[in-house]
Amino acid sequence: MEYILKNGTVYDPTNNIDGEKKDVMFKDGKIVDNVSSNAKELDVTDKIVMAAGVDPHSHIAGPKLVVGRLYRPEDSRKGIVPKTDVTRAETGFSIPSCPATGYRYSRMGYGTVIEAAMPPLEAKHTHEEIVAIPNIDIAALPLFGNNWFVLEYAKENNIDDLAALISKWLRLTRGYGVKIVNPGGSEAWGWGMNVHGVDDPVPYWDVTSREVIHALAEANEKLGLPHSIHLHPNDLGHPGNYETTVESMDIVKDVAKNSPVRNQTVHMTHIQYHSYAGTNWRDFESGAEDVAKFINNNDYVTCDVGQITLDETTTMTADAPMEFDLHQLNGLKWANKDIELETAAGIVPFIYSGRNSVHSVQWAIGLEMFMMVENPWQIMLTTDSPNAGPFIRYPRVISWLMSNKRRLEMIENGEVHKAVGRKSVIATLDREYDFNEIATISRAAPAKAYGFEDKGHLGVGARADIAVYDINPNTIDPSNDYEAIERAFGNAALTVKDGQILVKDGQVVSTKESQTIWTNVKGLEEKEAVLMEKIMPVFDKYYTVKYENYPVFDNYVPNPIEVNVQAGK
Amino acid sequence: MAYEEPIRDYDRIVENCTCAFCGCNCDDLTYLVKNEHVVGVRHACRLGASKIMEDMDQRLLVPLIRNEAGELVETDWDTALDKAAELIANSVRPVFYGWSETSIETMKQGIKLGEYVGAVLDNQATICHGPSLQAVQNSGYPVNTLGEVKNRADMIVYTGSNAMNSHPRHLARYAAFPRGYFRKKGRFDRTIVTMDPRYTDTAKMSDIWVGFNPNGDYEFYTALRAVLRGKKLKEDKVSGIPRETIEELAEAMKTTEYGCLFFGLGLTHSLAKQRNIDAGIRLIQDLNKYSKWNLIPMRGHFNVNGFNIFMSFEMGFPYGVDFSRGYPRYMNGETNTIDLLTREEVDVFMVIAADPGAHFPGGANRHLANIPVIQIDIHWGPSTELADVVLPGSFVGVEVAGTSYRMDGVPIYMKKAIDKPETCRDDEWIVRELYERVQKIKGEKIASK
Repeated sequence: MEYILKNGTVYDPTNNIDGEKKDVMFKDGKIVDNVSSNAKELDVTDKIVMAAGVDPHSHIAGPKLVVGRLYRPEDSRKGIVPKTDVTRAETGFSIPSCPATGYRYSRMGYGTVIEAAMPPLEAKHTHEEIVAIPNIDIAALPLFGNNWFVLEYAKENNIDDLAALISKWLRLTRGYGVKIVNPGGSEAWGWGMNVHGVDDPVPYWDVTSREVIHALAEANEKLGLPHSIHLHPNDLGHPGNYETTVESMDIVKDVAKNSPVRNQTVHMTHIQYHSYAGTNWRDFESGAEDVAKFINNNDYVTCDVGQITLDETTTMTADAPMEFDLHQLNGLKWANKDIELETAAGIVPFIYSGRNSVHSVQWAIGLEMFMMVENPWQIMLTTDSPNAGPFIRYPRVISWLMSNKRRLEMIENGEVHKAVGRKSVIATLDREYDFNEIATISRAAPAKAYGFEDKGHLGVGARADIAVYDINPNTIDPSNDYEAIERAFGNAALTVKDGQILVKDGQVVSTKESQTIWTNVKGLEEKEAVLMEKIMPVFDKYYTVKYENYPVFDNYVPNPIEVNVQAGK
Repeated sequence: MAYEEPIRDYDRIVENCTCAFCGCNCDDLTYLVKNEHVVGVRHACRLGASKIMEDMDQRLLVPLIRNEAGELVETDWDTALDKAAELIANSVRPVFYGWSETSIETMKQGIKLGEYVGAVLDNQATICHGPSLQAVQNSGYPVNTLGEVKNRADMIVYTGSNAMNSHPRHLARYAAFPRGYFRKKGRFDRTIVTMDPRYTDTAKMSDIWVGFNPNGDYEFYTALRAVLRGKKLKEDKVSGIPRETIEELAEAMKTTEYGCLFFGLGLTHSLAKQRNIDAGIRLIQDLNKYSKWNLIPMRGHFNVNGFNIFMSFEMGFPYGVDFSRGYPRYMNGETNTIDLLTREEVDVFMVIAADPGAHFPGGANRHLANIPVIQIDIHWGPSTELADVVLPGSFVGVEVAGTSYRMDGVPIYMKKAIDKPETCRDDEWIVRELYERVQKIKGEKIASK
């Protein structure tokens, strides 16, 4: 089937197209530069055309999501939508059911989402959920930062074995890249402890976060994976943690990048939670300036924000000790999930309120990061969904980024606490994003950071993943019409995925099966075999499943997109 | 126990099979196969081994339909499936109950059918760990995988659970006996506590038995929490346990390095029901201020947890999900099987891999006797006597592969070891076939209008 999108205003930062009136053509699921006269014409005059969104960090599938859904029926009841002829019923607000997740991303014009934390032991579960989510392509990042084998090899600085381990485990779990969460901290949580800062040794293992991060970054580059290490550093959510954050970024300074498809050697995730100054919750204030300064001076770093949206939500992270602290703080029901030899996770409902000074300052810190990081290719739009707010709030965040007027209005109207004025400088930052920058932070930059060469842009040969928004960029003034911006980005006029029209005027009109993106590293087969001989005695003794039953089998990944990487090339 | 000769007469062995009995889902079984029949099982407990080896005992082999005389008579697959599909297509309040002894793959077909006709989907949690899930929704869910217990735990508490009898390998493979990474001496490195009114087999092998009064669970746990929080008990005895014992216990639990509490239906279904579990969860949360503690519900069937997980990710609610309004509803006391049956709302009942005839209260079964019942199962049981259409399925984990979730949420792919009897069909195939046939009937109905 051939299509031509006529007369749209195209924003495609990857190909340096900044608001040009231009036709976009696609055929058989790919963007092409010409189509036959049989092509179906879709008139998108005075509308914005972008590549479909790419979400670099979201929690949408896996064991901790299910715990959230299972123990929060109050959340499931919030987002109920009955079934239609096309769609299944939807439930959930902060932790939507799988079908709802797919439809809601489609309605926002998104086409690809990264599930940011997959415990290898329960990877089958994550993949079962990925299959149950329609409409979007999903890559999952397995957790490595607290894995016992990783801790051991990092201590020995044994990069060869670490690289073989990553290569093997990406295949076993059908994972995409290396996720590190509170390195050492989640292992310490096995004893109810945590680590603080990058030089605090992990109990028993006697290895520091610094060594783990450095070793994993080196191994990642040795393999030349399409994504860099994806780092959730230590001390999340602690006042004064910006120093740890800056140190963590500094650790990989000497690691040489070994991949042409991306620019960074470390991706710092939900940086908002890691940019706090002060010493306790009373003198807590923004530390965004120092973090942003470091990022501005070092182009090997990218980050996503994790913007607070001031909603009732469900926090969930593999940073389990932090979640217990949060439960002590807010007293809401605490769920925890420790996974043998690998990781841990915690879940606590949370009500972010504009009337609370801390939450409001957190809101300001996220926006400060957006304003202070100069290069939009280094900063990406996320809410660390559902931690800082559900992903359906992206359009609202976009409207805040495009309107200084709206931000000031929120501060002046008391929609956020007055502490924002004292403890952050957001009121003095009058930068406003334009549509090109929005296209960068929500599709082009994430696609680049993940090495997706056929996503996040509209060049010939790219996948026909396209979003059309009903906004006329020539007449709209986003600064004043922020509500129209939020409405348009939340209800795509058209969402196309692999050439199939999924959404029209904000309504899901057709569905398709999701695809699973994973990295298959080749060329280390022998080293992996030698490594497995070393690992197997430990595996057999201390895991409670047999190795033969451990991998994610092909039947869990019915629609794979396999990214082949030649190790070291 | 008499000496049994080892089995030497077999054709082939199949290793690393997963046991389809309790929530332990032991995945290290070896089947000894002769003439496409499992004649021996290594590593399994007696419960698991007998279920796997005696799979032909009272086996349902052919589709059956109840005739006008009220007798089940043999029929062919087409007739039986058509009859079942017709019943479902013409029903106004169908309930599809069971699912805990079949695979996630079958549930996927089941939810399609349920959403399509607007049925209620419910599983055995409704009569077993349902109150536990209610408590989880009240208080939280601090859990771990069983390997964490094996590698770290130096104190293990069983409460309201007689694991030695109900989950025989639980102690051997996961909790009490195995040598873990930080517990190199296995059983000798751990303190086992059983809190149970009965002096069970599990209590017999424990270091400490706390035999509180029957139905005294809530009182006891609340007292334990109070002591933990530094309160002085005024009574000399709480729920039959001396104050000093409670104080010693609280101290021991506080100073342990890593503890895990396993609770069973004894806690879930004694007087205070979900409030007992509430107290248990809160106890664990309190203990984490001093030490490291988690808990795990001792799930019964091998995939009862799987259904709760599956329904949660598909529709946001764990069990008792009602699709009759075109969107999922979950209301305890309203959308659960027992309530629906005793209110006589249900007009067609499909039971898959469960035995309500044996487990449901009389009032519920009385209504089941009055309405058409479709049974998908591998064995004859009291439910067969209630059934009007019987569709013989196959044995997940032995005759057909499929996914299940262990009590701690670890997913396991259960492999296929032998072929199923020729006249039986896979559960997944049967439910898919029903869905397609119901669609056809409903489609014709719409077309004729």
